[in-house]
Amino acid sequence: MFYREAGQFKTSYEADQALFPIRQDKIGLGIILLVAFVVIPLTANDFFLASVMIPFLVFSLAAIGLNVLTGFCGQLSLGTGAFMGVGAYAAYKLTTIFPDVNVIFLVLVSGFFSAAIGAIFGLPSLRIKGLYLAVTTLAAQFFLEWCFIRIGWLYNYNASGAIEIPTREMFGVIISGAEATPLARYFVVLTITVLIAFLIANVLRGRIGRSWMMIRDMDIAAELMGIRPLQTKLMAFAVSSYVCGVAGAMMVFFWLNAAEPSSYSITLSFQILFMVILGGLGSVGGAFMGAAFIWILPIVLRAIPNMLDVDIGAETVEHLAFMVVGALIIFFLIVEPHGFARLWQIAKQKLRVWPFPY
Amino acid sequence: MKHLKTWACATALAVGVTAGAVAPQPAQAQDTNYVPLLTYRTGPFAGSGIHIANGMNDYLQMLNERDGGIGGVPIAIEECETSYNAQKGVECYEATKGKGALVYNPYSTGITLQLIPKASVDKIPVLSMGYGLSAAAVGDVFPWVFNVPVTYWDGASVVINYIADQEGGLDSLSGKKIGYIFLDAGYGREPIPLLEQLAEKHGFELLQYPVPANQMQNQSSQWLNVRRDRPDYMIMWGWGAMNPTAIKEAVKIRYPMDKFIGVWWSAGEDDAAAGGQDAAGYKALNFSGVGMDFPALQDIKTLVVDAGKTQTDPASIGTTLYNRGVLNSVIIAEGIRTAQELTGKKVITGEDMRVGLEALNLTQERLAEIGLAGFAHPMKVTCEDHAGSHPVFIQEWDGERFVKVTDWIEPMTDVVRPLLEAAAADYAEKNAPWPERTEACAQ
Amino acid sequence: MLYDIFVDPFVQMYQMPDFFLQVLWEGFVAGILYALIALGFVLIFKASGVFNFAQGIMVVFAGLTLVGLHENGVPAYLALILTIGVMAVLAYGIERIVMRPLVNQPDIILLMATIGLTYFLIGFGELIFGGEPKRMITEELGLPTGSTAFEFGERGLVILQHIDIAAAVIAILMVGALAVFFNKTRIGRALRAVADDHQAALSVGISLNQIWAIVWFAAGLVALATGIMWGARSDVSFALEIIAFKALPVLILGGFTSIPGAIIGGLIIGFGEKIAELYWGGLVGGGIESWFAYIIALIFLLFRPQGLFGEKIIERV
Repeated sequence: MFYREAGQFKTSYEADQALFPIRQDKIGLGIILLVAFVVIPLTANDFFLASVMIPFLVFSLAAIGLNVLTGFCGQLSLGTGAFMGVGAYAAYKLTTIFPDVNVIFLVLVSGFFSAAIGAIFGLPSLRIKGLYLAVTTLAAQFFLEWCFIRIGWLYNYNASGAIEIPTREMFGVIISGAEATPLARYFVVLTITVLIAFLIANVLRGRIGRSWMMIRDMDIAAELMGIRPLQTKLMAFAVSSYVCGVAGAMMVFFWLNAAEPSSYSITLSFQILFMVILGGLGSVGGAFMGAAFIWILPIVLRAIPNMLDVDIGAETVEHLAFMVVGALIIFFLIVEPHGFARLWQIAKQKLRVWPFPY
Repeated sequence: MKHLKTWACATALAVGVTAGAVAPQPAQAQDTNYVPLLTYRTGPFAGSGIHIANGMNDYLQMLNERDGGIGGVPIAIEECETSYNAQKGVECYEATKGKGALVYNPYSTGITLQLIPKASVDKIPVLSMGYGLSAAAVGDVFPWVFNVPVTYWDGASVVINYIADQEGGLDSLSGKKIGYIFLDAGYGREPIPLLEQLAEKHGFELLQYPVPANQMQNQSSQWLNVRRDRPDYMIMWGWGAMNPTAIKEAVKIRYPMDKFIGVWWSAGEDDAAAGGQDAAGYKALNFSGVGMDFPALQDIKTLVVDAGKTQTDPASIGTTLYNRGVLNSVIIAEGIRTAQELTGKKVITGEDMRVGLEALNLTQERLAEIGLAGFAHPMKVTCEDHAGSHPVFIQEWDGERFVKVTDWIEPMTDVVRPLLEAAAADYAEKNAPWPERTEACAQ
Repeated sequence: MLYDIFVDPFVQMYQMPDFFLQVLWEGFVAGILYALIALGFVLIFKASGVFNFAQGIMVVFAGLTLVGLHENGVPAYLALILTIGVMAVLAYGIERIVMRPLVNQPDIILLMATIGLTYFLIGFGELIFGGEPKRMITEELGLPTGSTAFEFGERGLVILQHIDIAAAVIAILMVGALAVFFNKTRIGRALRAVADDHQAALSVGISLNQIWAIVWFAAGLVALATGIMWGARSDVSFALEIIAFKALPVLILGGFTSIPGAIIGGLIIGFGEKIAELYWGGLVGGGIESWFAYIIALIFLLFRPQGLFGEKIIERV
């Protein structure tokens, strides 16, 4: 009833190709942004901001990054965690070298380092495909993790072997370090995530994005049609790693405050890959949904016994949470292998004809 | 299948709605002292974590059962599972800090590092008992962090002291080869600067054998290297699954076990038992009592464990790591008690707790009073020195249990303290602007 | 520097031949153990095209079940039989609940499903058996535990662990049995038919579901053997799951579908990483084992993208 596009006519090609061609979508997006920028900051408490929203946004951005590579360009990668780590370590080094430069700018710049590293490890993708490529990205994962531990210069030879985030401010508001309020950090993370998501969504529907999809769908055919596989694939690796790198830098600067190399381990790579696949390969919105599912569901599961006042041990809850998440992953894969993004489309289809289907 | 899809939509929606409804938990009732315990009973380090968690929980629970808490105020205990994972550690911290948490025990170097800068902002002290950042012992720089009773650097210097004793003085160390096998992470790397400095000073050669965290159970290369280099002594900084594997491998290459010394986190019974009889002679540092011949532990057994109020395996009471957990809780409890005395309040805050911990004076007599005579070395925390005690002893695996074999050994404070201060200054400089200490000294 | 890279290691090998032999032996044992994990992957990939990430956790799960049963008073051999039964139930359950509804989905979805399975089994296993590491009941199972040392030269010594020898023997027997099973039995031939072409196999009356259950069960048996061997080397705990990642470069080298490939790949990785770590690892501070195998695999792939024994990839538009 409400979600109906009848009466919305497109008079130009541009209007038809717009990011959100249907008016209701625009309104919906407006409402989501309104909630994110106004309602949540006004109503949420610190725990919700610091432990639910900030990680959720960071993971969403990382999932968008991986989605560029895996969902749009079809190159399976298990090295996301390490590429995020490159961003984090680069940002950390940059803040020590240029202490006076705005930290947000440095976080955005740090992505370029991870893009470069990503492109280097993307080189074999020209020859190696599918699961074989996934294993070679594991080489990146383990090698880079080793570098984070071994190259003292990366963490300024701290005795602790970890990177610790200094306090930095912007316009008189502290935005990084321990003294930054969750609210300030939330706004920074939200702004960066929304901007990059918007940018990527636009890249994806343009020439570059389409050439990625051609490579994904059939690389030989794409080659015959004049797409250069090397450049295109490396571009996908670079863009993906850039986004992941920024997400990784945000992870330590605005969320964790300190990071050991183990924060960027293979577990993180899997976490992100889950988000991408459950959210839906090849969908920017799906990345957000997948991140919400993987990050927020366990928090909810852990909170349930508390709400119900059931007295079971913290670790039993953890075990059950693991089992439920695992079972739900399989359940959703069986029901809808194309992820939440597809479920959302089905829901939209139903909304179109609601309340009178036929 | 069609129905399934509707179902899936509904599930997704339900998850979303519940997610939105994660309401902030209500604050604790105001007549308890709230102590969150960040524990890990799952994950790769669960083998060590479970005993610690049990020990911490049981002692506090015993105080509640026996004395009705501390100073008449019960302790509200809440465990939060971190799985030794930094992401979950931060989540646990954020989830519990609003409920009036008095102190945090992260039991992970990574989580400790995340909490150190937050402690002074949120006004909740961090008690990293024998782990975390060694430099935190410098109370002038880290007023909110305590690493009673001992730092890693103290520990490393005790090992060298002990080896020197065996060899007949520090001078005879010259020309010796000492191997150091460690978990290749912040934790294992921490003692290296001190060991290197001592190696230079006393003329021994330090050989390093890093064990990557994902190779913990696959150490044959490291031990082959040990076999080739034939170090005179081996020192180990291991945790979790690394310990039993290392001990097994040492047995396998026939390394003389009596020359193999582990840090206090490699001192678990389960770790040594992996080597069985062949591991007899393996030594480890320790600073908490061995066995269960202490009245307080007996109370725990009768009031908590036998009463079925915990999941502790009765056989594990008195084991090294369990007792370590108990000691951790003793420090918390005594900190609360001291804070109550100093402030005159019964229900205290994190700020009061900090004052209490800083004034902590756990004397021989007090230990006897709480039923733990000789359980630990007396500790006296001062504003400058947040490690408080320092001496540790060495225990030896006799094939079935650990036996205390040395008296308390003093660390080389003259070497360690300047290093600690330099490291603290370095930390403050790198994390500039690091807040100056403004908290008044209570003593 | 150049001397350290190009000369010194070989001088060492020559000067300490006993140590070199020991390194080779350790490499051989490690290779066998990697190969055992890889074998589990290969079995399932061959028959169903599923890249089974849950193999690592199946190893842990099988080991835990065995030890857990024994701790609860079940005699060792009975526990072994019961564990085999549990693995059979698990295999049937996976086939019925996870794999059957996912037939014909893309690789990545199947891969994800097995990772979901991993999560489930981690939670389930810890819920039942607890998270603490357990000691493998090596002696109770009648496996040898001691070691034999061979004098070599003047003061040389090569130490062979009996359990390692047993591991090698069991691995070889297992590969032999699998080879016979695949080539000589009815079910084995059906398996190969399924691996070749699902539809063709179906049309000649082979039950896909039955075959998959059998394959998962076989992988479960391999997991049990792996669990016992790795468990005897360190202990049975969830940290062991990480070891499964080591099987991936082995698979790459050997090819995803070749059983001999898994063995040879395992040996190449085993020898390669031990020799590299011991003779060259020191140059960069040691601990290169965590990634060296992947680099070997990566370099290999650049020259042979389908692995050593993999089927050649032919692409058509």
